[in-house]
Order: sequence, then structure tokens, then C-alpha cells
Amino acid sequence: MTIDSLDPEDVDAADILGSAIERREDPALLTGNAEYTDDIQLDGMLHMAVVRSQYGHARLEDIDTSEAEAMEGVHGVYTYEDLTSDETPGGGSFALPTAWLLDSLEQVPHPVLASEKVRHQGDGIAVVVAEDRYTARDAAGAVDVAYERLDAVVHPSEAFADDAERLHDDAEGNVAFDWEIGDAEKTADAFADASHTASIDLENQLLIANAMEPRAAVAEYNPGTDELEVAMTTQNPHVHRLLMAGVIGHPEHKLSVRAPDVGGGFGSKIHHYADEALVAWCSMMHEAPVKWTATRSETYLTDAPGRGHETKAEIAMDDDGNIVGLRVDTMANMGAYLSTFAPAVPTYLYGTLLSGQYDIPAIYGHVKGAFTNVPPVDAYRGAGRPEASFLVERLVHLGAKEVGMDPVEFRKRNFVPDDAFPYETQVAVVYDSGEYGKPMDEALELLDYENFREEQERARDEGTYLGVGFSCYIEACGLAPSELAGQLGAQAGLWESSLVRMHPSGTVTAYCGTSGHGQGHGTTYAQIVANELGVPYDSVEVVEGDTDEIPQGMGTYGSRSAAVGGSSLVKSAQKVVEKGKEIAAHQLEADPDDIEFENGEYSVAGAPARSMSMADVAGAAYLAHDIPAEMEPGLEATSFYDPENFVFPFGTHAAIVEVDPDSGEIEIERYVAVDDVGNQINPKIVEGQIHGGIAQGVGQALYEGAEYDDNATLLTGSMQDYAVPKAEHIPEMETESTVTPSPHNPLGVKGVGEAGTIAAPQAIVNAVADALEPFGVDHIDMPMDAESVWSAVQANATADGGAEPAGDDADPGGER
Amino acid sequence: MTEHDITLTVNGAEHDLTVEARTLLVHALRDELGYTGTNVGCESSLCGACTVRMDGEAVKSCTALAVQADGAEIRTVEDLGTRHDFHPIQEGFQEEHGLQCGYCTPGMMMTALDILEENPDPTREEIREGLEGNLCRCTGYQNIVNAVQNAAKEMQPAAVADGGESDDDPTPATDGGEEL
Repeated sequence: MTIDSLDPEDVDAADILGSAIERREDPALLTGNAEYTDDIQLDGMLHMAVVRSQYGHARLEDIDTSEAEAMEGVHGVYTYEDLTSDETPGGGSFALPTAWLLDSLEQVPHPVLASEKVRHQGDGIAVVVAEDRYTARDAAGAVDVAYERLDAVVHPSEAFADDAERLHDDAEGNVAFDWEIGDAEKTADAFADASHTASIDLENQLLIANAMEPRAAVAEYNPGTDELEVAMTTQNPHVHRLLMAGVIGHPEHKLSVRAPDVGGGFGSKIHHYADEALVAWCSMMHEAPVKWTATRSETYLTDAPGRGHETKAEIAMDDDGNIVGLRVDTMANMGAYLSTFAPAVPTYLYGTLLSGQYDIPAIYGHVKGAFTNVPPVDAYRGAGRPEASFLVERLVHLGAKEVGMDPVEFRKRNFVPDDAFPYETQVAVVYDSGEYGKPMDEALELLDYENFREEQERARDEGTYLGVGFSCYIEACGLAPSELAGQLGAQAGLWESSLVRMHPSGTVTAYCGTSGHGQGHGTTYAQIVANELGVPYDSVEVVEGDTDEIPQGMGTYGSRSAAVGGSSLVKSAQKVVEKGKEIAAHQLEADPDDIEFENGEYSVAGAPARSMSMADVAGAAYLAHDIPAEMEPGLEATSFYDPENFVFPFGTHAAIVEVDPDSGEIEIERYVAVDDVGNQINPKIVEGQIHGGIAQGVGQALYEGAEYDDNATLLTGSMQDYAVPKAEHIPEMETESTVTPSPHNPLGVKGVGEAGTIAAPQAIVNAVADALEPFGVDHIDMPMDAESVWSAVQANATADGGAEPAGDDADPGGER
Repeated sequence: MTEHDITLTVNGAEHDLTVEARTLLVHALRDELGYTGTNVGCESSLCGACTVRMDGEAVKSCTALAVQADGAEIRTVEDLGTRHDFHPIQEGFQEEHGLQCGYCTPGMMMTALDILEENPDPTREEIREGLEGNLCRCTGYQNIVNAVQNAAKEMQPAAVADGGESDDDPTPATDGGEEL
């Protein structure tokens, strides 16, 4: 169902929360009035370019900057030695920190410029500062670097090989960490007693986020005040400020970080990279504004890729088709260094989701992180949860086949029952609320499932191979209760902060520490605040993404903004309402307990004529001529909202595909998504998030993948080679919702940013496996391009002596 | 580096400027003339974020040289409509939620106008094909296709006149009914 958007002016104030109103962000974005980082032009601004490694792994023998320094228009060329010299500004670590620790974690140094060794192609070796961007790039090309090449490793299995070249002296065997979750012994027993098992051996490929706006930063140092302002492509300005302060050695209170309009992130703009810190340092060095904007090639070499798992896993069932155990062994690619939150991604954001939507009595997960010569791997849309959901749903598909049950019946049999919530899994989380059968039933109805199975059979008889694949996903988002996050290794609290300020005229500015970059927070947050305060939607302005304006913040990622940021705004607004109640009671000469507040009006219980509007109360609060004794003037409130649990969105996605076994081509015939993201603040925005998420999941299933050669040279280093899906590649999506409010936050929201990406890949792979069942094809690694599909069909046809692919006269002997 | 004196007419305003031979049109527009509404996504003509209209044709300004545009009429997103008076394509994107981060949107709209000029009533498939040179990473394209259809409807004079879009309407579809 397509949601129709509404003009906010046509929506009653009382209905603003939950209305599909048009976004207030759009006019600026549609008229060219947006301000992205590269749009910023400052007087006397210099441009920075980074000299990067030619090789995936090499020792640096010599860096000769003399030719570059001599070029006209070049203001300076700097290496690691210059950064750390006593003669230059800043006394920072000049190394990038890791903000999530694990007991077994091997913390390796990550200098912002390489001085002895380069460990991936994106490693910076020197920076050039010049008058314009062309000259800066020319000069970067003129820096002469002598290398001694070293063997490289790309995949974790290669990194762990006995004879593998070691990346870091301290990381023996290239092991970054060794981590486990669940109960190994109990799970081994479950497998020993099981009637059936199914297994899978898969690779979840590395993906590159490809936000349309490349990363960029503009730094401006004021030598008079020692203040350093950095405008940059960030999803979390306060986090970047805190980390950067330590990296460049400039105090946090003299450093401001601002996110102008940000052109997408998908995780890639969470992490603290070297480049932005180098821009800031260069600005101090030259006492002038400095800009750096990544070329697309640079984003391919430096943006943290996501996923990158090699996994062996098994599922165990009893005779009745009940899942009795799940066992997972994963090697996770961490890349060359540990990126900001990287250690959390293949561990706590992955292992804790291995129960999926199912009641599984025994689970064990083992994950070993590997240092390799690809860029540092970190969160990309979904981050750990897509890998978990993919694995669970692939195993469930195979498990159903193993016990001879329909995949729908098998799933329903094993769903966590509706009356079991809150449900504690075997992998350390408690699901908040759910009714997992509901989206499944709705998806089946949309698909007309029974009819489809008949059609599939008829088509097979005619040599046409249709398949349906299901994905019943769960995700944990709304990161996160700070105490729990701390126990798991986070070096930060994961609360969110906000400030709601009534102005004397009755309008409102709401500040929140999240930092949207396309999600429409300006609209949805205004809906939330207008609803709480009972003021017109147009009277609420939302401010995000600026450390100078917003008290504190943790940023936007992990589908946390509505659940954590939105809830913080609710809390701040409620404090404003409470203070307003005291003022209204004073002015109306009533007891505060007798004051009622509804739709922006304070009134005396039983005497509705004695009332004051929120705007009048705000005016009185600032006038301060007649407010309660002891009360401070003004009407605003700050809150730090710390969630009590994660929230757990869920849903069922289903794809119907046609696969041509002769050519290996896959056509998505239908894509149905029924998502339960809890209450919806703005259903049109929810729909957009689901659409975009699915598109990235389709991209992973069919098109995308970062590929490196044996020297760790990126082969997919441009949009020509890395297949970001185009309009023709994405199917029409049929979206529906169910609503199961989360009990854990005042809005009852669950989070929607990542759902589609988490759900989609396995729906498509399961559909392809279903279509190719007559050929004995159980699994094809992503991206499932025509060659890999064709090869899988051929391999199985040959190995099993089974069905010959294709031809009208083929009799594949399907089981259905 | 040799320099050239060129004249660009951007959104009706004539600008004389001196550029290096290698200066890309998009950098001349953005850095020299301040038309920052046109964004750079890949500098290799693959993503389409930088699409502008040059003498009535959609071109990717990251792979055109400024000197190639000497004497040309360039139209950028800044020339569409204002927030109080949207062009139908802007209206379509707003109503259909055809944008999220907005970075691809100016280029997307310029290409959409090209599509609609050639084919005022495109099918969904034709729109998807027409947008093959423009990447969006946020929306999954469905609402962009809706946006272009929405604009197509709005821009057909027949539809405006009789409020309908019947197939047997005798009024011939013109080239858009509004300056593209």
C-alpha cells in the first residue's frame, strides 16, 4: 500500500503525531538551498589532499615530499613526523581510538598517517595543503613514496593461515579477538540428541556504503580565540568532537563539530577516520580554513566497509520439526585496524540476534575477528544484525527442507509464541514485544501463497523456475541502555540528550543530540514535540547536528533516533509541561494538582473557563512578574534519556523470483514487506526508510560486493565496478505494516532505519534456492550474479547426476 | 596550465570567467559562480548527481569541461521554483517523498525533466530506464518514479484543463506545457 502524504496544514493539531505529513526538510533540498559540507566556501580557504598507499600491504622505505613542496600554490606537505613534531600544533595521540572493547581484543595502534607500514590502500602517508583542490591533488601525486611490498591477506581464512603475513606485531596470527556467546555444552548436547540437522557454509560479502555525498570536512581555526570549528559529514558530531579532541590534542571545549546537510551515511559517517582530523590539524597549522572532500575513489578506499563474514553454521531439529539447537562459527573481517565501534559489530550486534524470531532452547556462537589488508570494517546499515538474520533465515529454510516441512509451517511452529513476551533468548537479550505470526499472515495473504505454490508447480512442468523466499527478521535497535552497553564493552553511554525551549511568544525550539542525514528528523521531531506541548506543528523548530547548539548527544545510527532521541524530546517536553503547570496554577489561583493539561491548554479541573494556553504560560514564564515564589523564570528543559532496553522491530519479507537456470538470470517478480516497527510517527517517512533499506538489501543479494585481488588491491573501486543498484534493478515493493508498540519507550516506537536492509537479502536468496530446488541447489553466495547461479546449477547437475538444466523437455523431478 | 576566458549563461544570468582548461563545468558552477545546488557524487559521470541542462539537454557537469560550455545556456536546480512556487517536478518529489538526503535530487530532477520532455507520459518502466544514469542510495527509487509520474500528470495541459487523464482525450500531449 502506498501511503499518501498530507500537507501539515490539513492535519488537526491533535492528530499531528502519526500523520504522514510532507517533510519540512524538502524545500531547501529541492531548490538547491541545502548546505552540504563541500558547499561551504570561506575566505582564504585552502584545500587538502591525501597521499594514499599504492599497495594493500607494504613497508615504507622513503617518503620524498620535496617535489610536491616546490610546486606553485602548495602551502605545505606533511607526514606523520610533522604531525608529531614539537614544532607543530597539537599534542594529540595522532592515532584513532577504538571505542568498544572486548576482553580478548588486541588493540593495535592506528596512526592517522602511516610512518612505517601501510596496511590497506586507503592508508594515508602524507597530506598536501594547497590553494585549490586541483593543485592539492596534483601535488599529492608528486609525493614520491618508496615501498617494500609485503604479502597481503584479504579474507579472514587467509589471515588465520599458519603462513600468513602478520599485519601488526602484537596481533599474533592476525587475531583481533576471539569471542563467544551462548552455551557450547548445552548446544552440543542438543545436536547430539537431534533427529535432523542442516548446515551451511557461507560468505557474507564486504559491502561499501556508497552514501551519495562523499565524506568531507571544512575546518576553521581562529588563532585569536584558539577555537577550532569543523563542519563535516558526520552522523554523530558530539562523538566526533570528543574523539577528535584526543586525536589532534585540542581541548573539547575549544573544538566544535557541526554537521551541515549530510548526504546519506548508512553507518559510514559514524566512524572517526583520519582525514577529518587531518583537516582540523592543517587548519591549526596554517591558521586558515582548510577543506577536504573525498573523491569517489577515496570513499571506496577509505569508507569503512561492512559485513565480511565467513561462517559455518548448523541447525538441529527434533522429529516434530521443532528447532532444538543452533551453532555458529564465524570468522569476521575487521580490516587493517579496529575502527571506532567495529568490535561490537560482529559480536554483540550479531551474536545476540542468533535466535531470530524463534524459540530456540540451545544456541552457541563463536566469532573470531581477523586483521586483513582491507579498510577497517565497521557498521554499515544493519551492522551485525543483517549477518545474523541472513544466517538464521538461511538455516531455517534449509531446516524446513531437511524435516520435509513447508517453510511457512516450519517457521510458524518455531516462532516465539505471542504469550512468551518479554522473551529471554539464549543469547543474552530480552525481546520487548512481538506477534510474529501477524506480519507472516499478512505477507501470505498478499502473496496468495497457496495459489503461488500451485502456479509454481505448473510453471516447473513447463520449464519455468519460480521460487518464493521468506525472511522473518528481528533486529535489536534503539542503542542502548548505557549500563548494559558498558558491561558489553562500550566506552560511551548510549543515552540521548535534548533540550526543549519555549520562547516568550509561544513558539518552540527543540534541540536533540541525534544527527539526521536524510531521515527527516526535522519533521518527525517537530511532530513529537508539537504533540507533547499542544502547540502548532509550525511553531516548533528542530535543531540537530551542532555541538555549539546542542548540549550533548550520541548521534544517529542503529535505528536509535526515534526510540532514544525522540523519547528524550518527550521527556524534555513533559518537564516543560510540568513547570508550565505550576505557573498556570499560580496565575489561575488554583492548586497545581487541580490543573489539567490538554491540547496546549491548562485549565482548572471542573472550571474549564479558567484556562491559559501554553503560549500564555510561556510568556508569563519569561515576563516573570507573577510566577510562584522560588521558581526560576524561563520555560525550557533538558533531559538525558537512557533507554531501559533495546527495541526489537520485526517483520516478514517475501520475494517471488523467476530464475533461468540456462542463463543464471534472476528476475524479482514480487517483493512483499510487512514490517512492525512499533508506533509510527510519520508513516510516509517509515515507508521511505523501508523502501531504501530493501533496495540496499537487494543490492547485497544480487549486485554489490567489494572485491580485492590477492594483493588486497580493490577491484571494485568505482561506481563502474561496484554495482550500486539503479532504478531498473529495484523491484516495485509492496509494503504493509503491523503495529506492536514497544513498551520500553514513551512513544512505543521500535526503529525503522535498518529493517529493510536486514530483511531483504535472505528473502531473495531463499527464493532463488526455492526456485532451484529441483536442481539440488541449496545455497549461492551473494551477490548472486548470473555466473554464480549458472555455476551452481551446473555443479549440482553434474555432481548429483540430477536434473539437466533447462529445455522444455527437462524433467527436474521437483519434490513438490 | 593554460587559462581560457569563457562565458556561461546560468539560469539566464551571463557570467564571464577565466578557467583552466581542465576545470570541470561543475567546479566552475560551484566554486567559481556559487551555484552549489548541483552536487558532485563521483566525478566520473556514473552517479548523475551533477546533472544540469546545457542548451536544453541533460549533461553530467562533472565530465564536461567548463570550456566546452563556453557560450552555452546552463540550467541548474536553482532555476526551477522557489519554496513558495514549486515547479511541478519539485512538487512531485515533495508529495511523493521522492527524496531523503537530497544529495542526488537536483540531478535526478534535471534528468526527470529530460525524460518528460521526450516523453510527457512515461510508464514506470520508461521512467526507470530514463533514470539509469542517476543513482540514489536512500529511496529505493519507487517514490522517485512516483514523483516523476506525479509531475508528468501535473505538466500535461490536458490533465490540468479537464482534471482527468483519459486515454482518448483528443488534446495532443505537448512538450510538457511548461518551460522545461
